[in-house]
Order: sequence, then C-alpha cells, then structure tokens
Amino acid sequence: MLRYILRRLLQAIPVFFGTTFLLYFMVFSMPGDPILAMFGDRTPNEALYNQLVAQYNLDQPFVVQYLLYMKDLFTGNLGVTFSGRSVNEVFADAFPVTLMLVTMAVIFEFILAAGLGLISGLRAGKFSDQLNLVVALVLNSIPAFVAMFFAQYFIALGLGWAPVTVGANATWSTMWLPALTIALTLYVVGMRLMRGSVIEARSADYVRTAYAKGLTSKRVVPVHVARNSLIPVVTNTAASFGALIAGTTVTEGIFNIPGIGKVLYDAIIGGEGPTIVSFVTILTIMYIIVNILVDLLYAVLDPRIRYV
Amino acid sequence: MTTEVITTSIDDQPHDLDPNKPLVQVKDLEVSFKTQGGDVHAVRGVNFEIYPGETVAIVGESGSGKSTTATALMNLLPGNGRISGGQVLIEDKDVAKLNQKQMAALRGHVIGYVPQDPMSNLNPVWSVGFQVREAVRANGLATGRKEVEARAVEVLQQAGLADAERRMKQFPHQFSGGMRQRVLIGIGLGANPKLLIADEPTSALDVTVQKTILDRIESLTRARNTAVLLITHDLGLAAERASKVIVMHKGKIVEAGPSRAILADPQHPYTRRLLAAAPSIASQRIGATVAEDGDDEGVIELASIAKERHEEAEAHAGKAVVEVKDLTKVFSIRRGGFKSEDLTAVDNVSFEVHKGTTLALVGESGSGKTTAARMILGLETPTSGEISVGGTRLDAAKGKELFDLRRRMQPVFQDPYASLDPQRSIGAIIQEPLKVHKVGNAKSRQARVEELLEQVALPSALAHRYPNELSGGQRQRVAIARALALKPEVVVLDEAVSALDVLVQAQILQLLADLQTELGLTYLFITHDLAVVRVVADEVAVMEQGKIVEAGTTDEVFANAKQPYTQRLLDAIPGSGIDWGV
Repeated sequence: MLRYILRRLLQAIPVFFGTTFLLYFMVFSMPGDPILAMFGDRTPNEALYNQLVAQYNLDQPFVVQYLLYMKDLFTGNLGVTFSGRSVNEVFADAFPVTLMLVTMAVIFEFILAAGLGLISGLRAGKFSDQLNLVVALVLNSIPAFVAMFFAQYFIALGLGWAPVTVGANATWSTMWLPALTIALTLYVVGMRLMRGSVIEARSADYVRTAYAKGLTSKRVVPVHVARNSLIPVVTNTAASFGALIAGTTVTEGIFNIPGIGKVLYDAIIGGEGPTIVSFVTILTIMYIIVNILVDLLYAVLDPRIRYV
Repeated sequence: MTTEVITTSIDDQPHDLDPNKPLVQVKDLEVSFKTQGGDVHAVRGVNFEIYPGETVAIVGESGSGKSTTATALMNLLPGNGRISGGQVLIEDKDVAKLNQKQMAALRGHVIGYVPQDPMSNLNPVWSVGFQVREAVRANGLATGRKEVEARAVEVLQQAGLADAERRMKQFPHQFSGGMRQRVLIGIGLGANPKLLIADEPTSALDVTVQKTILDRIESLTRARNTAVLLITHDLGLAAERASKVIVMHKGKIVEAGPSRAILADPQHPYTRRLLAAAPSIASQRIGATVAEDGDDEGVIELASIAKERHEEAEAHAGKAVVEVKDLTKVFSIRRGGFKSEDLTAVDNVSFEVHKGTTLALVGESGSGKTTAARMILGLETPTSGEISVGGTRLDAAKGKELFDLRRRMQPVFQDPYASLDPQRSIGAIIQEPLKVHKVGNAKSRQARVEELLEQVALPSALAHRYPNELSGGQRQRVAIARALALKPEVVVLDEAVSALDVLVQAQILQLLADLQTELGLTYLFITHDLAVVRVVADEVAVMEQGKIVEAGTTDEVFANAKQPYTQRLLDAIPGSGIDWGV
C-alpha cells in the first residue's frame, strides 16, 4: 500500500511540471500587454513602464521567467496580483468558500445517487423506477447554467427560499441552492451506477445465501445489497469532488460566490498571468491528491483490491 | 480462548424426530419462470418426501429442474420464478403461505443450505467471521458479542476449517475453494437444521477435496440425525452418498427409488443413458465409434466402445511428437512491500507424447499441469528445460519461427462459454486461425469451415449463428473445430470436458476419439478427473506440486498405482466401489 502511494506521488511530479509549463506557456502567449492592462485607460511613462517590466521579469526570455516562477513557487511565494495583494492571501480567502460549496454539492449528489439508485434498483421495472429514470434523463439533459438560472428565478426569486446571490456572505445557509443545483445536474451517473449494481447484487449468489441463513430483507438489503453496490457510487462521487473544486466557475459566476472559480475568471479577463498559473497549479495538485485518495478509498471499500 | 470453552452446544444434539413422519412433502410441485417469451415451466409436477435423518439425492443434467426444486423448498426462487402449482410442506407448513418473517425463521433453523459455487456465495466485501456471526445471530444460537464469536468459531471448526479463530478476520478471496466451501457448510449446518440442502456442494472443487468435504457433511449430518437433500449431476456420487435417488429430466421425475436398486437395475431409458455415459464405470479407453453402436436411442456406452480401441493404440505408438525435457517454471510472487517469493510451478518435468496417442496430465489444481500445458503451447516462457514439437525446439523459437510452430499445436479450453467471442459468428470464430496464418482465400476458408463443422457433427447452417445461441456441448464442438482449422499435429485439451454434463461429456469424448483415429491427432489431455482419463488416455502422468510423481500406461497406473497420491486420486472418483448395472 505504502509503495503504491509512493509510486502515485512520484507519478504526480511529471504531471505537475507538465501542467505548470503548459499553463505558463499559454498565459505567456496571451495577446495584450499586461503592464498596460494594469493601468487601464491611462498610459504610464516610459521609466515607470520599464521599471515594472523589470520588476515582473517580463524582459526575460520565457524559459527564464518560468524557472524564476518555479523558484518562487517552491519557496511558497505565489506572487502578487496586479492589485497588489499576495496571491496566497487571495487564495486563502477564496478557497474555503469553494470548498464549502463543493462539499455541500457532493453530499447532496451522494445522497441523491445512492438513495434514488437503491430505490430504483430494488423496484426495477416498476412505476417508481420508470419515473426515476425519466426524471434523471430530463435533469441530465438540461445544461448546468440553464438549471441554475431556473433555480435562481423560481426558487430564490419566486419562492424566496434562498438568497438570489450569495455575495460576500458565503455560509452553508446561503449556498444550499447552488449546491443542490450542482448535485441535481451531476447525480444521474451515480444513480445509474447504483441502480445497475443493486439489480446485479439482488440476484447474486451471496444474497441468496444470506436469505438462506435466515436473515430478513431488513438486514440483507443494507448489509449485502446496498453495501456492495455503494463501491462504484462512492468512487464516482469522490472523483466529481476533484473535478468540482476546479469547475465551479459558472456556478460562482451566476450566484456571485467569491470562490476560486470567480477569482480565476476575473484573473483570466484581466490577463493576470501569475495569478492564473498559481491558482491552476494549486488546483492541479489538489486534483492529483483527491484522485489518489479516491483510489485508496476504493481499496478500503473493496477488500479484494490490493495495490502493488 | 481455549478449546475447553468450546464444547458441543445443546444445539448440536441429535434430533429426536418420529422417523415415520415425513419432514418434507413435495406434492405435484410446479415452478415456472416468467421470461420475455412467456412462462417457462422448469418443474412440472414433482412428488417426493424426505424423512428425518435420510439422505435423498436428486440427479439430473443442468436444466433438469433439480436446483429449482431445491430452491423452491426454501422459497428462494429468483425474482421471476414462482411456485405455480402444488405444494411444498416443511413440517406440515406450506412454504408458499408463510410470510417473510415465518419463512426467515424456517431458513437456517429448519433448512440449512450449502450452495454450489463457493466462489460466489460469500459476500466479497465482508470478512468470513462477519458472515458466520451473522448466521449465528440470525438463528438466535447465541447472544452477546463473546458468545456469538465463540459459537462462530465452533461452527467453523466443526466444518473442518483449521485454525478457525485466526481466520475469522480474513476475507473470502483469501480462502481457497475448499476452505470457502467449509465456511458455507459451517453456515448451513450452524443452526443444526433438521434438513440440509446441498446443491452440487463439490462440483467446483478438486476430486480429493470433494471427498473430504462430502465426508465431513456425511459425518456431521449422521451424528445429528439431519436429513440431507443432495443435488448432483453425478450418478456415482449420488449412489455413494444417498439412500434414495430421484432422477429428474426436463422438470419431471423419471425414476426414483433406493439408490442401489436404481444403479443395479435402471428402468427408465434416460437413467440408463446417464449410467452408460458416466465415465467412472467405463473400464477402458474408447476408440472410434464402432459400427454396431447406435441402437437404443443413441446410447453411448463408453465401456463397450473402449475395448475396440485397445489394439489400435499399440499399432500407433510411433515417434514422439512432443518431447519435454527437464521443464521448469518459476514464478515470482509478491508478498507485499518489497518482498517476493519464488514459486516453482513446474519442477523438472520430462515426458513424451507419441504420434496418434493421448497423454493425460493429471493433478489437482495448483499441481502445475496447466502451466506445463501453457508452456507447450508457447503461451508461457519456460524458466529452463527443453520443449520440442515435431523435432523443432519451441523454447528457443522466436518471432516468425514461433508463429509457424503455433500452427502445429492448438488448444481447447475448459469453459466453452468464455472461450468463444460472443460478438463474432461461429463461422468467423472457426475461420480466425486461418486468417491469422493467411491460409487460402475467402472462398477456400469458407469451404474449410463447412468441412470442419461437418467433422465435429454440427450443421453447416450454424456458421452464421452466434455463440449465445448454442448449448454448452455445441460450443465445445465449435472450439474443437477452431482448434482443428489449421490441421495441427497436437491438440492440447485443457480440462476440455470438465464443465460439461455427463451425457454431453460422453459425446465430446467420443468425438475426440473419432477425430484422433481419422486425422491421426496427438492429444495432450489436462484434467483433474481420473474417471475421464481412464476412457481417453493411452498414457498418464500424475503431477503433484509441480513434479511428475507417477507415469505409465493408463492400464498400469489404474491397476497398480504405486504412489499414495495417485491412489488418493483414484479413491476420490465417486462411485468407484459400486457395482453398476449396465
């Protein structure tokens, strides 16, 4: 197991350098002059301009800039945004908000997927199963941003159950609506996985043996049917956790949530190279770690899996 | 915990029941399954009774409804099945009329169940201990953590699981098939039921393991006066273990009575066919079909055909086609962390197979027989030693040379369901080796497919069908046709008949014998079943832990086994000590 974790972490090294290099290159090739963009409508005098270019190492060749950036990154200095705040600080503000949103969304997703999948699987072919599948199909066909506008308009604005936008006040109670909307657009895959596994498990030999022991379905369903079926659902949900951390830009934009997605969006529009690269680098590392954890979780859930 | 604590519980006392009052009464039982093509009647009007303490065997081919009858007794039919007529009375209670709770009380406590496949009948995600404790708790055998644990260990020890205490925390995948079956026997007998249903309890196990498991079931049930319903496809096994035999065919009972009487004097033609096809009774090797055979509804009497073949074999004994010298294969097995261990799967094995004859490589699983076969097929590289096929060294061959050598030996594998690609038509499957080796053009290949289908006695129309439309026996014929496509000299048959029912098995063995005479084929026959060896092989090599411990002509080995291991394998053949009335 230890060997496996070590190997996975070693694999992460080339991924890390590959991503940062690619990102740095893309940001470097973006059109427009970042120093001019800093000043907006005004034009800086030449001395100031040259000083800033030197300060941000923009006069150096690409590879040197990249290496200087890597040096900073490894010493824990993620750079400064054009507005003068340190990127570390900006990240520390934005990350907890996104983490909260994503955690909530993933919990909702898991409950929906496991719960509805179990019901559907146990009643396969019956009315409740058919209804469940149709609803899932409809939800799955609606693009996420459309679903979010619907939720915002009908539930927040129409019924007033949740604030229309979140703004600076990002708490569990203000963010449940965007989290639930994310979950509703995502749970379908997990639900179908669960449904399929439940149908398979129901007719498995070990389930028949469990009944033959003298157990009632009150025990057989949770212990032998649901427990075995949860394995793919848990890993699927956990994998979406990693994807969501970096992928909530649209949600955060629509609901005006001051999380990573929104900061990243603003940085891209503003052409703030260091901010973009730093953020994406951190997200890449987190994504790699979450994926390793998902794989390990798999081994915990299924004793047959051993990593070598 | 010391052994003194684990004394025999009150629950394990023998049952004191009226021997004249039936425990189980099955009256005009009908079971049907709902399928897309309408209802399928799997059991059609079955009647029998089981009295306390007696052992009853239901014998039949797959699809005869024997397992369905057994599951109907416990009301555990699969979702689309139901009792559509008649009654099952367990201690005078109609199982169809019991509610879920009453039925759960009956299962485990009154009826214990030992299923067929030990691999799939334990839940892979829970420890063995968890699953045994669950059974103990469900039947109210013990309450409280410690008592439940103690009883669970006791149950496993009674089932013959060595160091049960230590193994409680292990998971099913860490157990061998025999150990898992012991766990299932422990679960089935744990609540000291009055009836034990054992559904093919050993058909997935090695012969020697099979014997110890059956002995264990017999001694436990006899001591407790437990009735046993044994479901099996093996008539020899049924006769050996049961006092009463019920023969089922297509959902109906065709014959029932005391087991010795049925074996000595079978009345129904189907029972006679089953008896005749059982390899355990054929005393000699079979040859090509004899002309006068073919009466009596296509009865294949292995015993009589075998005689004809005998003289032929000697005439054939020509030069060696396959020569194996000091063959060794060492696998490196990871032991966690950075440690690894060497396992010698095949250890200095030498043998020869002569042209037109059959050598049987016999042994239990893990004896290295399949690894040896894989090396001869060039699918595995030997660690050391020499293999020659028709005078060409195989172990040194590479690339094109190896590719050409492959034409000369072809395999047929055990599982006809897994060895044919479900996405391709039968014609395409048989043609594939020809295409790979660029033999002929599309038209000549087509003609060859028809020829091959005819050789294996399948209609040529089958070329356009798909594997899922075929029965197990038909599929194995297709696999044989594919192996013959390139006109090989050697065919390696790796447990090629082990997965088949007796009647089908007899047909395939006959086909193989016919093809051998017709095409002068050389067979390397890998099997764990000595009963089959007797009817197909000219020579036998017995393998144990990677080594050949005994070798000789089939008659020699069977008449005069020198090694205790061989003798054990021979003794394990079910029904070996019974007089058969054919």
